[in-house]
Amino acid sequence: MSRRVLRGIRVLEFGQFWVGPYTAEILAYLGAEVIKVESIKRPDTYRLLGSTGGPDPTVILLTDPNKGVGFNEMNLNKLSVNLDLTKPKAVELAKRMATLSDVIVENNRPGVMNRLGLSYDAIKEVKPDIIYLSASCRGSTGPERNYAGFAPIFGCLGGLAEITGYADGRPAPPIGGRADIVCGIANAFAIITALIYRETTGRGQYIDTSDSEVVSCLIGDIFMDYALNGRLQTRHGNKDDIFVPHNCYRCKGDDDWVSIAISNDSEWGAFVNAIGNPDWARDDRFTDAFSRKSNEDEMDRLISEWTINLTKYEVMDILQKVGVAAVPSFSTEDLCNDQHLKARQVLNQVDHPVIGKLAVMNPPWKLSATPAEVVRHAPLLGEHNQYIFGQLLGMSEKEIDSLIDGRIIY
Amino acid sequence: MAEKVLEGIKILEFANFVSGPYCSKLFADLGAQVIKVEEPGVGDEARRRGPYLDDIPHPEKSGLFLYLNTNKLSITLNPKTKTAKEIFLGLVKWADILIEDKSPQEMEKLGLTYDTLKGINPRLIMTSITPFGQTGPYRHYKAYNLNVAHGAGGGYITPTGSPNADREPLKGGGFFDEYVAGLSAATATIIAYYCCMKTGLGQHVDVSKQEALMATNKVEITNYPNLDTIATRLIRKTALGRQPPPCKDGYIQIAAFLDWHWVRFKEFMGNPDWAQDAKFDGIESRTEHVGEMYEHIEEWARGHAKEEIYHGLQEKGVPTAMVCNAAEVMNSPQYKAREFFVEVEHSEMGKVIYPRGLCIYSETPWAVERPAPLLGQHNEEVYIKLLGFTREDLVKMREVGII
Repeated sequence: MSRRVLRGIRVLEFGQFWVGPYTAEILAYLGAEVIKVESIKRPDTYRLLGSTGGPDPTVILLTDPNKGVGFNEMNLNKLSVNLDLTKPKAVELAKRMATLSDVIVENNRPGVMNRLGLSYDAIKEVKPDIIYLSASCRGSTGPERNYAGFAPIFGCLGGLAEITGYADGRPAPPIGGRADIVCGIANAFAIITALIYRETTGRGQYIDTSDSEVVSCLIGDIFMDYALNGRLQTRHGNKDDIFVPHNCYRCKGDDDWVSIAISNDSEWGAFVNAIGNPDWARDDRFTDAFSRKSNEDEMDRLISEWTINLTKYEVMDILQKVGVAAVPSFSTEDLCNDQHLKARQVLNQVDHPVIGKLAVMNPPWKLSATPAEVVRHAPLLGEHNQYIFGQLLGMSEKEIDSLIDGRIIY
Repeated sequence: MAEKVLEGIKILEFANFVSGPYCSKLFADLGAQVIKVEEPGVGDEARRRGPYLDDIPHPEKSGLFLYLNTNKLSITLNPKTKTAKEIFLGLVKWADILIEDKSPQEMEKLGLTYDTLKGINPRLIMTSITPFGQTGPYRHYKAYNLNVAHGAGGGYITPTGSPNADREPLKGGGFFDEYVAGLSAATATIIAYYCCMKTGLGQHVDVSKQEALMATNKVEITNYPNLDTIATRLIRKTALGRQPPPCKDGYIQIAAFLDWHWVRFKEFMGNPDWAQDAKFDGIESRTEHVGEMYEHIEEWARGHAKEEIYHGLQEKGVPTAMVCNAAEVMNSPQYKAREFFVEVEHSEMGKVIYPRGLCIYSETPWAVERPAPLLGQHNEEVYIKLLGFTREDLVKMREVGII
């Protein structure tokens, strides 16, 4: 029997795309009952974004809100109801659900929940100890509170893009939804701290997340550098201030690379031994970390001459055996086939009633006493109307039917 | 002053550099009491990393260390000796949570495995943060920031929108990946703490940095088995994965992704002829022709300043950014209005500006009550007041190199 820790905690999610949904998904991994509130008129937009798949994919708009593969990955374990929140009766029902909930998660543009009559203040009136988290690109206060953004946007605003990329290239915003997911992790942390606080004091609270501030926190030291020395850090590829070698080297194969990082002279000695003590490694230019740093590009070229004849896995094996940090730059295909990750059961599968079998990722931590786990596929739109309105809110079938007819449950 | 959200939680930190210290910083800044165990005479590796005040290396003047260790107490202890190990076990008994980042072998060698420690403190939460986790064939492998970033798949797809695969894949900027692993570990740890609060159960939390970071790439990763798509850093037909176009005075990023974004973006550009072409109507068609679309956007952007594009488009509701450097972030009116940067006084540094915490809570404050500790600054407080040693004991232990 599952001993998931958030059993008995109910979460209402008014989420879009990734930040809000991933926040709530973490809670759902832990056993919280997460109810996603959407409508046919305005489902989570991510439901409708698909991909043609294959080696050269492009975006397709889905007509069926239950066919999104990415949507499945971001909404595991949740329940779904559909309510047209532009109608007062629907808002009233959402509020009734809120009175039976512990947590609300939303990542709409600031002002939207207020217009709907579902702001923190409105919910607090009916449920005083609610924990209510809002996440948005710039946070819910300040002159830019209405500004919107996806992950690449707040990756740029938070300062991360400026310091990511080739030294001679453009800034590189975080790929895909990385920055979204990172915000989701931060939000889940904050929500659980607030649950602990509620447990001891009986008080709920409002948590305001600015996605761009979360990104800034995760590179915090660059601001210290500016504050202390007026230095503006910028892009320098894979390179490090001190460690050398510190780069990705091309290996045998098509687009295959291995990362090698050496932190001190003893690791360097082990490395030189492992690659067969080539003459160049005895050169004065490479004897200590300072000289290696001064001749880094030449050294990287010479190391590549060794790695290019080996597979990335061979390089990892040879160097890890002597205590040198070498790890391939894994592709998503490599990760899915990797023996270590198989042993750690990183991937899982769900049976989706519309799409069929889908690979999903398990939660990223192994907790020995209280599992975080995937128990079901993402909900179909409105899949749990009967349970929520009937069982939870105690409405009769007739009432529910009339709300469906009136396009309240819609 | 309101009570802090994590007031009363006791944490023992046996960790170095970025991930582990960031994990416990998140607790310390919200009111938890954190005792950081450092190697005598040497201390945390972050003390030997810049940025230093005036670029002069000094173990008490590293901005990285100062940022990552606010609100903590520092004691020195070398747990390789028998007496020191006993002291360590005494601290384990005191703690609710142990955060450590040593390799599984090293913890075994020190006799500090979870099985041993739970015998001393059954309610203990032990969070182990390692590159590849506590089990599996790579568990003993070494990996630094660079290797962790590449080992989790994020490197292979960075920088997104590359013209070809001639150049190497890249890690994220700074220590971003290490911070993310620390944040993920903090979330796992708070879950375990909440569980203990409800049930009294202690547990071992196994955090693999690789898996913590893979979670951030999870849609790309599952797209391989589900859609037969291998994510790549090469240019793809996507409106969101473009490299930021240069403008008059920097770089901008525009995500005119949905139809209404596109309509307003066109308006903002003054409805140029090229943009009226039907091939740019609808997300699908726009994505199909994204290369051509961006040729025009790049040309347009070069004639405009970043602030003009950023505020102009955002006021129309189009998700847009300018690429900000540290100074632009620090001077941002938005960050100023939200008091994101705070000033902290430190005995060796004077007043320095730090970023604040991740989120703003309405009821419970985030605060720096004390700056990062000097190496061993709290030896007396911890050894004498908390553990009951005498001052004479302390002198002897110092002489023999235990503390």
